[in-house]
Parts: sequence; C-alpha cells; structure tokens
Amino acid sequence: MSVLPDRVDPAGDAYQANRAALLAQLAAHDEQLTIVNLGGGEKYVERHRMRGKLLARERIEALLDQDSPFLEFSPLAAYGSQFPVGAGAVGGIGLVEGVECLITANDPTQRGGASNPYTLRKGLRAAEIARENRLPVISLTESGGADLPTQSEIFIPGGQSFRNITNASAAGIPQVSIVFGNSTAGGAYVPGMSDYVVMIKERSKVFLGGPPLVKMATGEDSDDESLGGAEMHARISGLADYFAVDELDAIRLGRQVIKRINHRKRGPGPRGSGRAPKYDQEHLLGIPSADPKTPFDPRDVIARVVDDSDFDEFKPLYGASLVTGFAELHGYPVGILANHHGVLFSEESEKAAQFIQLANQIDTPLVFLQNTTGYMVGKEFEQRGIIKDGSKMINAVSNSKVPHLTINMAASYGAGNYGMCGRAFGPRFLFAWPNAKSAVMGPAQLAGVMSIVSRQSAESMGRPFDEEADAAMRTMIEDQIERESLAMFMSGKVYDDGIIDPRDTRTVLGICLSVLDNQPIEGTRGYGVFRM
Amino acid sequence: MTEIRSVLVANRGEIARRIMRTCREHAIATVAVFSDADADAPFVREADRAVRLPGNASADTYLRGDLIIAAALRSGAQAIHPGYGFLSENAAFAQQVVNAGLVWIGPPASAIAAMGSKIHAKQLMRSHGVPVAPDNTVESLADIGLPSLVKASAGGGGRGMRIVRSADELADAIASAEREALSAFGDATVFVERYLEGARHVEIQVLADSHGNVIALHERDCTLQRRHQKVLEEAPSPAVDGDLRVRMEAAAVAAACAVGYEGAGTVEFLLDCDGGFWFLEMNTRLQVEHPVTEAVTGVDLVALQLSIAQGHAIPGPLLVEVPLRGHAIEVRLCAEDPFRGYLPSSGIFHKFEFPEVPGVRVDSAIESGDVVPQYYDSMIAKVIAHGATRSEAVRRLVAALDGATLHGPTTNRSLLLQLLCELGEVDGPAGPGVDTGWLDRQQLGDGPSPGSTIVAAAALALVRARAVEGGFPIGWRNNPSQPHSQALSLHGAVHTVHYRFDRRGELDVLVVDGESIELDVFTRDAIDRVAIAIIDDTVYAAGGRFAFDVPARFLSPDDAGRAGSTVAPMPGRVVQLLVAVGDTVVAGQGLLTIEAMKMEHLVVSPHAGSVTEIFVQTGQQLDGGQPLLRVDPS
Repeated sequence: MSVLPDRVDPAGDAYQANRAALLAQLAAHDEQLTIVNLGGGEKYVERHRMRGKLLARERIEALLDQDSPFLEFSPLAAYGSQFPVGAGAVGGIGLVEGVECLITANDPTQRGGASNPYTLRKGLRAAEIARENRLPVISLTESGGADLPTQSEIFIPGGQSFRNITNASAAGIPQVSIVFGNSTAGGAYVPGMSDYVVMIKERSKVFLGGPPLVKMATGEDSDDESLGGAEMHARISGLADYFAVDELDAIRLGRQVIKRINHRKRGPGPRGSGRAPKYDQEHLLGIPSADPKTPFDPRDVIARVVDDSDFDEFKPLYGASLVTGFAELHGYPVGILANHHGVLFSEESEKAAQFIQLANQIDTPLVFLQNTTGYMVGKEFEQRGIIKDGSKMINAVSNSKVPHLTINMAASYGAGNYGMCGRAFGPRFLFAWPNAKSAVMGPAQLAGVMSIVSRQSAESMGRPFDEEADAAMRTMIEDQIERESLAMFMSGKVYDDGIIDPRDTRTVLGICLSVLDNQPIEGTRGYGVFRM
Repeated sequence: MTEIRSVLVANRGEIARRIMRTCREHAIATVAVFSDADADAPFVREADRAVRLPGNASADTYLRGDLIIAAALRSGAQAIHPGYGFLSENAAFAQQVVNAGLVWIGPPASAIAAMGSKIHAKQLMRSHGVPVAPDNTVESLADIGLPSLVKASAGGGGRGMRIVRSADELADAIASAEREALSAFGDATVFVERYLEGARHVEIQVLADSHGNVIALHERDCTLQRRHQKVLEEAPSPAVDGDLRVRMEAAAVAAACAVGYEGAGTVEFLLDCDGGFWFLEMNTRLQVEHPVTEAVTGVDLVALQLSIAQGHAIPGPLLVEVPLRGHAIEVRLCAEDPFRGYLPSSGIFHKFEFPEVPGVRVDSAIESGDVVPQYYDSMIAKVIAHGATRSEAVRRLVAALDGATLHGPTTNRSLLLQLLCELGEVDGPAGPGVDTGWLDRQQLGDGPSPGSTIVAAAALALVRARAVEGGFPIGWRNNPSQPHSQALSLHGAVHTVHYRFDRRGELDVLVVDGESIELDVFTRDAIDRVAIAIIDDTVYAAGGRFAFDVPARFLSPDDAGRAGSTVAPMPGRVVQLLVAVGDTVVAGQGLLTIEAMKMEHLVVSPHAGSVTEIFVQTGQQLDGGQPLLRVDPS
C-alpha cells in the first residue's frame, strides 16, 4: 500500500488559473453538447414529437436500466465538418437488464436520420467496440438511408456495417434491432442481418423498395404497410420476431430479449475493494496546466483516479519523465503509464517497454495517461539510439495483448502519440480532456520548421527570402495546426471516443474496465524482435 | 365462590389481548381460540394455550359455541370471557356455558335475553320508567314518521342498521338490514324506530355484583360515529353536566336492576338537543370503548368482571364514590380508507409502532409483522389518551397517532387526526356541537395529499435503493441530455419526479409533478427527514401516512388491455352480479356487490358505456385488484 500524498493547493494561483482555463474549455464543449442534444433543431424535434415519437436519447434512456450509467461515445462526431455536429446518430454503452450493451440510435430529427460519412465512421467504431469487448448490440433504427449527396463516400465502405452485424453474430454476440420507423433499401439489412428484430405496429417500415420504386420497377400498386409494415413482417414475411404495439412496448421487448441471451462476462472481474480515492476529484480541474509548456505531475491525477489513492510505483528512480506503476480502479487491477515532463528519453522508452511486458505477463490492463511532446531529439540522443529505444516502446505497445485505455490529459505530439498508445495503436477506448492537443508536433515548432526549410531552399537557390511573407505564413500555419490539434477537432474526426470532464476520469475508466471485462484478459507471451 | 385459575377468551384481536393482559396480571391462565386466518395472531401467541377453530368465517369459528365450550373443557379452563361481539350477547350460549359447568364472565343469560332482543328490552325499560323512543312495536310505521331507523333486534355495533328518509326506501332497507343481521348475528329480526336527528350518543357504564350492588361508572360520549359505528369516544361527555350525569346514571342503574344485571354493562342513551335522553339499548358485555372509563375512573373493568364472576362484591370504595379524573379520548384505528368510501383493507403490517406518549394507551390487535385478515372487523387498534383536560388528551392522542409508524394496509389515521384537530373547535364550548350523524354529513374529500417534499423523498428513496455501494454515480452521463424520472402512484394518481444527481452523488435537479424544486438547505433537510420504508413494490412515506405504489416501468399489452377493467376494490366475495354482458350502464351505476369485512360494498361503473366482459361469478372469492368486468366507454 503506497498512498499518494495530496499535493494540490486549491488556493494557489496556478491552481486557480488552471481551473479557470479548463472550465472555459468545458463550457465550450458543453455548448456543443447542447447543440447535439437539440438534434435537428426545435422545429424537427417538435414535428417528431407530434408524431408521438420519442427522441433518440429518450429511446436510449427508456431502454437502459434505471439510474445506471451510460457512456456515450463521440458525441461531437462531425464537429468542424460540413455535417451537423453529432453526425445524426447516438452511440454508447449502458446496462440493459444488467448486461453491458452497445446501443446505437439514429436521430431521425437530423435529416431523417440519414447516414453521412461521419455517421458511418461513428457506426463502424461502435461495431469495433462491440466486437473487441464482446458487447451485445441493440440498434434503435429509424433512418432514411444514405445522405445522397455524399453517397460516394458512404456506399462502398458502408457495406462493412452489415458485414459487421453478421460477423458479430457469428462470434456469438447477439445483435438486436428495434425498428422505430424507416429502415428501407440498404437500411433494411440492419434488421435483416440481426439476430432479434422488434417492429412496431404502424411505425416500422422495412422494405427494399417503397411504393414509387415498386411502381417504376414492376408497375405494381402497393402501400407502405403491405410492403414493409410491422404487422406484415410479424405475420407474413417473418422478418419481425417481436410485434410491439408502441415505442415503449418495443423497448420493453428489446429488454426482454437481452434478459434471455444468457450473457456472461468472460473476464476475471474486479478484484479489489473499489474504494474511492482519498482526495477530491473536483481538484482535477486545477491540475493540468493552463500553459501547455508547463508540465504537471501525473501522480496528482493518479491520486484522484485510482482506488484509495493507492499507487505502487515501478522504477520511480529511473526514467523519471515517465511514471509507471500498478493500482486498482473500481477494483480492477491496472498498470499505469503517465508522462511527467512531457519528453521521452531512452530511459523512459526502455522503462515503458519493460513495464508493458510485465503487464502482459500478468494479464493486467494498461492505462496510458498522455502528456507528451514526443521523443527527445538532438545529436546526443540520436547517437545514444533514441530511435531504437523509442521503437522498443512502440513495439511493446503494438504487440501488447492486454487491453489498453488511453486518456489524453494535455498533449500527444509526434511519435509520443504512438508510444503512448494513440488511436492507431488500438486502445480499447481513448478519451481526451478538453484541453488536450494532438499533432505531429507543436504548431510553433511546425511553422518554424517550415520557415527554416523554405529559408534554406531560398538560400540554396539564391533567391531572396521574403521575411514578411514568411511571418504571415508562419502565423497562418500556426493557427491552422493549433485549430486542428484541439480536442474538439480530434473528436469531430472520431480520432477519440469523446471528450470527458477530467472529474469523470475515474468513472469513465471504471466503466471501460468493466466493459472490457466482457472478454478474457490475456497478455501476449511473445514480442516482435526488440532492436538492441 | 369459584376461584378462576384459567379463562378461555372466546374472541380475537385486541379485546382478546386486552382480557388476557388482566388475566396475566392476576395470575390467571389464558386459553385462546382461533380461526385459521388468526393462527399467527398475537392473541394466539400470547395465550398460554390455544385451540384451533377450523375455517375462517365467523359462523364456522368464533360463533361456534359448541366448539368453544368443548375447547374450554378440554383445555381445563374454568371460565369463558366472551369479549364483545361474536357470542358475547348470545343468551343461549351463556346458558350453555353455565350448563357445561363453566363460569360465564358476563351477566346471567336471562339478563342477556332480556336485553338481547332490542324489541323486548325497550318494552321492559318502558315499564321501568326508563325513557324510550317510539318504535313499530307500539306505534304504526306512519306514526313513527320519517326519518326512521331500521335496526337489527339482535344487533350491535351499528351492523344491520339503516336510516330511512323516504317511505319507498323502507322495504329495501329492511331487506338489506335483514340480510346483514342474519350474516352478522344469526338472527334476521329487525324493527323500525323513530330516528332522533341531532342527538348525541351518551352511554353509562354500569357494574353490578351478585350481592345486589349496582353502580354507575359515569358516562362515555360516543357521538362521533360513521353509519352508527363509533369512531371516537370520550369521557366525560362535553354535553353532560353534573346534574344530567346524576339523572342518566340513575336511569342506567334502574335499567340494570330491571333485568337483574350482574357484571359490566353499558346502557346507551340518545341525548337530544333539549337535554332529554332516551334509552337506546343495553350492551350486556364489555364495550370496545371501555378504556376511556378505565382512564378517568382508574379501575380495571376486566379485573372487576373477573372478580364479580368469582362471586366477589364490588370493592367498597367504588360503592362510595367512583372517581372522575381528567379527560380521556379513544379513537378506533381501522384498516379502511375513509376517503375512498371506507374501503376495508387487509394484509400485512410490516411495521406497526406507536411512539411513547405520556397518558397514551394502545390496545392493538396486531404487532409489526402481523396480518389483518379480510374476514373480520376492520378495527386493528384503539388508541386512548388521558389528560388533565380535554385539550391535553387531544394533544397526546394526536402525538401518538402522528408519530405512529404504520407500514401496511390503508388505515383511517388521517381522518382520526383530522377529527381530533377539529374536535376542540366544532365540539367545543363555542362550537356548533356534533350529533351522531355529523360525521356522515361531512364531505371528506380525497384525504390528505402528499406535498412535493414527501413525493420527492419517496421517489429519491427508490433511486438510492437502486444505487450500488461504491458503484458509479447514480445515473451518470458524460452527455446528460435529460433528467431521469421515477413514477409513483397513490390511489391511482400518478406522481412523477424528475431528478438528476451530480458526479458526487448530490441531488442536482428535482422536479416534482412538473414543479421545479429549489434545492436549498431547507428543502434538502425536509426531504431527508421524511421517514421512508420500501417494502416490495410499496413506498411508505411519513410513518406510512402515504403508501405509494411503484408502477411497472413498462406496461405489457395485456395490462394495457385490462387497464379499462373495473377491479375489485378489496379482497372479498362476489354477492350479486347486477349487470350482464351487453348491458348499457351509466356512470355510477352499480355493477355488482362484494362482501368484505362483513360489509356489503357496491362496485359502480366508472363511466357510461357497455359491459363487454365479465371475469367473475357470484360467490367467487376475490383478491384485491382482481379485474371484475370491463365497461367500454360509450
């Protein structure tokens, strides 16, 4: 038992400044969430309600066990794009009849629930989460199909969505589809591929071609109900397994299905007490520095995230810019890697590689707390083999088989993003704090590098160097890189699973650990060749 | 003189317990008899021996004199105490007890017989100069006039009684009174007498021994009645002064003497607005409300009954003067809902507790964890408060009722509290006063409704009960899009509480029935202080004053289909179906009658429409809430 000390001074100037900056960032994030929750806007929400229908999030709330947590992922998908923020779909993980399920819902108030490229990205990520964590999937379907102007970006890759459903089914993960409205043409294959299908009287509409198309194709006169109504599918075609009288009845039936799927978690389960941290999680707001150039001690974060603030540090005297150690979180054992001074040297890289191997040996999930500017550059470090050592770390991360969870606490630059298990390295979940930034390098450095390169080029060609134009270019590049490195931009691209309030870090990691516990946890026993 | 060492109590509930308590105090062994439904009742547990009377209906059990005498003989009891009701005023039974060589703790059979028939009793009283009201034995129905009262000759406790206000109601009233009288007393004889409107009910407790002593232990005022069933009794009567007391006591003693009375008895009078009093009947037994007399006189009436039955004389000091100290009030706590047509309720009381209040006595039929069966009287306890003054007695009684924790079937507590609060004003020196019909004329309304604090506390208790220790924050969301909600229903009215907890588990948003509640320290404290108990699907709030049902989160289509059904308002038996499938009915029209708790209840149509389905048949035993029939609105 090594209880971390409480070193946060909430009265201090730095704390107050950090907190103010973070609250402003949270407010900006909340503003976007408000827009997301308004769906297609008041007019369309009103019209939807007038039809006696529940909103996407209301359907999810009704489906969930009362008062249980719900972790929504990528709520800001499509932020910064031409598409409405939220991407017209809701996805998340919540409890249904005590079973952790992956729930997706189209938002029919947003362009009829049509899929755009971001909707697809979000949907594919949802399927990935379900597959990796063996979560039953419940699709609350009501979609007009593909957003036609961007169909070229959706149609070909979108086929994956349907393949995913049946692949998951083949892997023994039940797929439930509750059809609340339109699910036509390609959309008809969502219920079509699902294991259990609930349709709603006079609401569900599932057909390959609607009356106009049928008229054009065969000359046959038809109507919605006979082509694809719930009654027809329940009694005649057999596509509907359950016939619901209304939306709430459909949700009741969906819950009933989950109750009977005999779901068992296959992980080892929590081991420890799950005792709350000793220190106020509220203080997490004042820990990350308002000025990204000022490092902060991740132990102050760990002390507010792990059970009982109890953290057994590994190799504390070696490679001190990276903190490693073991703890429990909501009772689940974890190994934690957290950047301290931002930069990774050879020692830190080797320490990380060793620690990741140890976690694999003992089947313990890893949590990466990112605040890194990347691997150290410079003659001395290159000569001492920073590339080889950094590669060892990336090798260890890449081939590690225990589940990884990543939180970007402030910065994730350069290859540090790779070594600290960035998105491309397949963490089961990746969340960012609202102050987090991710880019190949810092905006000023990047602009500076480009300036030096163009100055050298001008010199070598004997051209005069336009200082004024260079300054303007630097500013422009800096602005663009800064904007594109911000948490909301990254989240809009679905490069993370969402931005979280730092005060929710423990809860989010706890939910993730519980979710990944649906799979057996087994580390790798073999690694790629380590370059020595 | 017979020394009684063992008494069989031929009764149940609170009175059986009360009699056994005095027996224990006098080192007299007790024998209980019990029906199947009462097998686990406290009076059975507390008796030294207990003998089963197979079955549940009173006629099969507590009215089976032969079985009871056999039980007494087999268990070695020397005496039988009949309590009140059941066989207590059955002269034949009293005689059989004596014939079997047992001591009957009550008056001689002849005295019971003389008073048992109300018709004959009135004639006897008339001849002894006790004032009596005119009835159809001495006058024609026309001369009696209206309003009149149909009474069971063998009746008591208001059963089998009907007020008639127009001539065409008379036949129905007689038929229905006869039916109820037969079921309750085994004798269908009824008579009709002048109904004295505006009168108070004042009765005199008398005590007579085998040595010729007859004394009066002052009056009890039992004017607050509901359909002739006493609700609240007090002593002394606010309407009786010293002079009137002397005259009434003299009349009561005369009445007792007229029948050669022995033991404890009560002579009931109606006291009219002019101070005239009229003999109503004599109850030849211990009364329900005897504790108020005990409180103001300081005697133990059951002990005196036992003493007299053993041939002892009334203690000398009482012959000289019966004390009258302070004021005592009793209320009858019943398992019934006065705000919903006095629907009887039955079932388990998970908790049944009264606070310690000075001067307060609780005679209860049950304890926490006991069941109120559906077969018998709905009274579950008597709460009696004694104080130096009437207002002190009221305050103490209010404190006891208010502080009681009653987690179980609906009771009339709220009505009793309401009555006690109004008593000083309505029936005080400056008030208009009450009469025996006063309560029946009151518009009771829907009863107290829970304020937002109580509704919120009940809902939040459910939420907290669902929370997992050390788990994630209640209803945690990284993107909170809407508050959560919890529905509760109370007498069919649905209350909805919307709430949100913050990540620390503090209540953050609270909306009760659409009204947003500001969460300052006072509101939080008020909510936290509401006592809540969740038992199965019921949330008891504020000591059980409100019992909320937790509606199912999802209604299955079957429930939805039957939602239009009329359901049994209580457990009971179908007496008569008044409609058939296809009949057109108007709102409020009677659909069928149910017998429960020995009372007949009419189930009426909630709306106009046609009867589309009937799910039950005559004679069928019903569970509360069981669908009876379906009336589709027209």
